[in-house]
Amino acid sequence: MTIMNNIADGSAVGSLLQSGLSLNDHRNLILQRTQESGYYNGLENLELKESDPIAYERIFSKLRAGLVSSREVAKKIAASPIVEQEGELCFTLYNVAGDCIATSTGIIIHVGTMGAAIKYMIQNNWEANPGINPGDMFTNNDCQIGNVHPCDIATIVPIFHDGNLVGWVGGVTHVIDVGAVGPGSMSNGQIQRFGDGVQITCRKTGVNDTPLRDWLHESQRNVRTPKYWILDEKTRIAGCHMIRDLVEETIREEGIEAYEQFAMEVIEDGRRGLTSRIKSMTIPGTYKTVAFVDVPYAHEDVAVPSPFAKVDTIMHAPCEITVKPSATWRLDFEGCSRWGWHTYNANPVAFTSGIWVMMTQSLVPTERINDGARYATEFRLPKGTWTNPDDRRTAHADAWHFLVSSWSSLWRAVSRSYFGRGYLEEVNAGNSNPCNWLQGGGINQEGEIHAVNSFETAACGTGACAVKDGLNHAAAIWNPEGDMGDIEIWELAEPLLYMGRTVKTNSGGYGKYRGGLGFETLRMVWGSADWTMFFMGNGYMNSDWGLMGGYPSATGYRFEAHDTDLLERIKEGMSLPQGKDLNPDMPEFEKHISPDARVKRDKQCITTEAIFENGDLYLNYLRGGPGFGDPLDRELEAVAEDLNQNYLLPEYAEKVYAVVISRDEDGVWHVDEQASIERRLQKRRERIASAVPVHQWMEQERERILDLNASTQVKQMFASSFALSSKFLDEFKSFWDLPEEWELLEESLGIPMFGAKHHMDLSELPDVHPVIMTEQ
Amino acid sequence: MATYTKKQVTDLVHGELDWDSLHRMLSMPKDKERYGQFIEVLQEQVSWKDRIILPLGPHLFIVESAKDQALVTKCTCGHDFGDYRQNWKLNALIHVRDSEEKMSEVYPKLMAPHTEWQVYREYLCPTCGTLHDVEAPTPWYPVIHDFQPDLKTFFDWMEMPAPARA
Ligand SMILES: [Zn+2]
Repeated sequence: MTIMNNIADGSAVGSLLQSGLSLNDHRNLILQRTQESGYYNGLENLELKESDPIAYERIFSKLRAGLVSSREVAKKIAASPIVEQEGELCFTLYNVAGDCIATSTGIIIHVGTMGAAIKYMIQNNWEANPGINPGDMFTNNDCQIGNVHPCDIATIVPIFHDGNLVGWVGGVTHVIDVGAVGPGSMSNGQIQRFGDGVQITCRKTGVNDTPLRDWLHESQRNVRTPKYWILDEKTRIAGCHMIRDLVEETIREEGIEAYEQFAMEVIEDGRRGLTSRIKSMTIPGTYKTVAFVDVPYAHEDVAVPSPFAKVDTIMHAPCEITVKPSATWRLDFEGCSRWGWHTYNANPVAFTSGIWVMMTQSLVPTERINDGARYATEFRLPKGTWTNPDDRRTAHADAWHFLVSSWSSLWRAVSRSYFGRGYLEEVNAGNSNPCNWLQGGGINQEGEIHAVNSFETAACGTGACAVKDGLNHAAAIWNPEGDMGDIEIWELAEPLLYMGRTVKTNSGGYGKYRGGLGFETLRMVWGSADWTMFFMGNGYMNSDWGLMGGYPSATGYRFEAHDTDLLERIKEGMSLPQGKDLNPDMPEFEKHISPDARVKRDKQCITTEAIFENGDLYLNYLRGGPGFGDPLDRELEAVAEDLNQNYLLPEYAEKVYAVVISRDEDGVWHVDEQASIERRLQKRRERIASAVPVHQWMEQERERILDLNASTQVKQMFASSFALSSKFLDEFKSFWDLPEEWELLEESLGIPMFGAKHHMDLSELPDVHPVIMTEQ
Repeated sequence: MATYTKKQVTDLVHGELDWDSLHRMLSMPKDKERYGQFIEVLQEQVSWKDRIILPLGPHLFIVESAKDQALVTKCTCGHDFGDYRQNWKLNALIHVRDSEEKMSEVYPKLMAPHTEWQVYREYLCPTCGTLHDVEAPTPWYPVIHDFQPDLKTFFDWMEMPAPARA
């Protein structure tokens, strides 16, 4: 490491810590002690916790309560409904090495992403240049450092005591727009970083607790929504400063020694917390699971700047989880497909940090989530895959498209553990793919440049449990709080009127317990001057599966209508389309708009900006969750209730649940008990009659593989995984008993494969030392 | 630490547990005895004598054969899917939804996957027709071996004697 001293405006290396160590040496020592001993920073004994448990708990409670309340107070400063309504913000406190001590509620994925930014500053000697001083503020949203997507902007403030650095606090908000090619925070259209919006790399953006003027001027003109942007920044700064005050007060009350000891012990405590939960809730062994999602870019409604991006591809995320006898675990993603020319790539930190969001909802449902859990977990994310790109051009605006899809499969794996031990209450069949993301922009109803991203997605259906149905329109995997937001607020934020908002019939996966249903809102463009919108979600594929006999949820589809004549129809008092698209195969909206309207009703759920005039329609369909258990085990009364609540189409009550139903003159559905019992017995016989032994089917499938009989996107997915993983290829060939010489090369598919052979990693830039925290 | 009665665990298995108790189960530290209670409830529901070692699903269990202590995967109906180390799915029946027509039996066309991208593979018991699992992969995808438990370590964790042939 180069030691630099007394750089102008910097801080002398080694001057920040009482030990005289540089920040990087300090962190490296912690890593070394942890690796050698197996305990965080070598802490075999938790001296403070053991000698003065009350002080330990007092410090924890004070910090945690302060983090939560600072978030609640700061939230009120924001004007963006994403922050103010949906709570898409989070504050986290770190020790000197950038390891998380405690976090607020909210989008806690950022426990890891802001920690990665701090570690990046440490490892790349920010200490010398630009210097780290009391009153400084740093801003980061760089996806190559670990941020999930550019719209999550983090403000990071160092905390000092008596001239020494004692920690960091970070605050993050999800902003509405970052000036990407496509408007909205999770847009598409761009296919590279150079179009994904502004990216700020741990830049010093404030001194003496004041944002720098050049930063304020530059950042606001780089985004479409500067008013929201600046209020979001004030939110983050206010929260960080409140928490800094809280830490200073804690040090005054408890003493610096106790605080610093706490800031280390709490992480070892968190590490032990995870292993004890693994031991008390899971079953040792090997779990295999896999997830997919569609990237349908060949379609004419996907306009991208580069021809090499116009290909249909599939995200592939196999995972092998090993729960070890030591009650630690390893998650290995060998076999993932390559990164691509779209905005769904993810950085390893986004991937691993996000997993804690889901684990806090089951395995570690505790306020004590901190970096300790990471130290009890081994992750392997192979380099070159979509979750660890080996090229610095990748775009990440909607990394969630892949992240939520891949994580859905992890629920199934951990749920097998819970089920086996009888903890049925913890079983979750998976998470919905929380989409559609209604996004767009232009000139809004106020005559201002605007962009939108509807966070109605925060309330999708949840997965079924082993003892009850999933919750309807309730939550999203990335923000456990879950809130669809008030119609009145969205109508203020977007030039889109609600024609209706209603539960999405038949969207939850079937099962003994069904997945939670999603919902749908029909929006009519109103008051805009120039307006575009697009769709973002899964359509040709499902990313969730259902568990132990349950079915996946319904996939997405798209409905948009132009030249509707609706404004005319409203004037004349004619019938209007309401919110309910009961059965998309039997269109209803179309009966209440002009017969000459241009309607798009199909499975193309990813599009880029399309022009929408006032009076045009857009259906926002928020997905349901997967089901649990054989649908034939569903109680008959539950099926009747589903029908009467409009949760289920009668056709599928008959076909999937095998019940005999009738409707009385009041329109109430009834299930005939005796006839249904017989019908279900008959259904079992039909199932057996129409199925074949797996070995027999494997023979046929093997022939299809030998004939290379599959769609190009399926073959591209396998070829890209084979090229990155000989292990995956070997296992594939062995399973299907393919000849030794069998191969499938992407070159043979006749599609562009930019990036497959030639790429350049971030680490090849001069003076850049990426922080690597996972095996690759 | 909370503990629960056999009645409560029975109600849990049947999806009939009152919300207060269920909420307590969710929010309190886990009761280690649950496994034993769960097995006891399940054992009373099956007609065969083999000892349930590990439930894999509502109707699928790793059991220790009463005859020779072999560990096999077994359906509620008694169907034997073979050695527990092998993937039980390979000995099941399968129904693959790989066309628009077959998909439309389970979802409206616009709410089902496109089978050039994804298929549904339904794994069924050859004897009773119970649907034990639905996979939703791309065509060509190898059959997933969901779970290979390390029974020896598990019984170690539970501080219980492991099955003789684990
Ligand atoms: Zn059976």
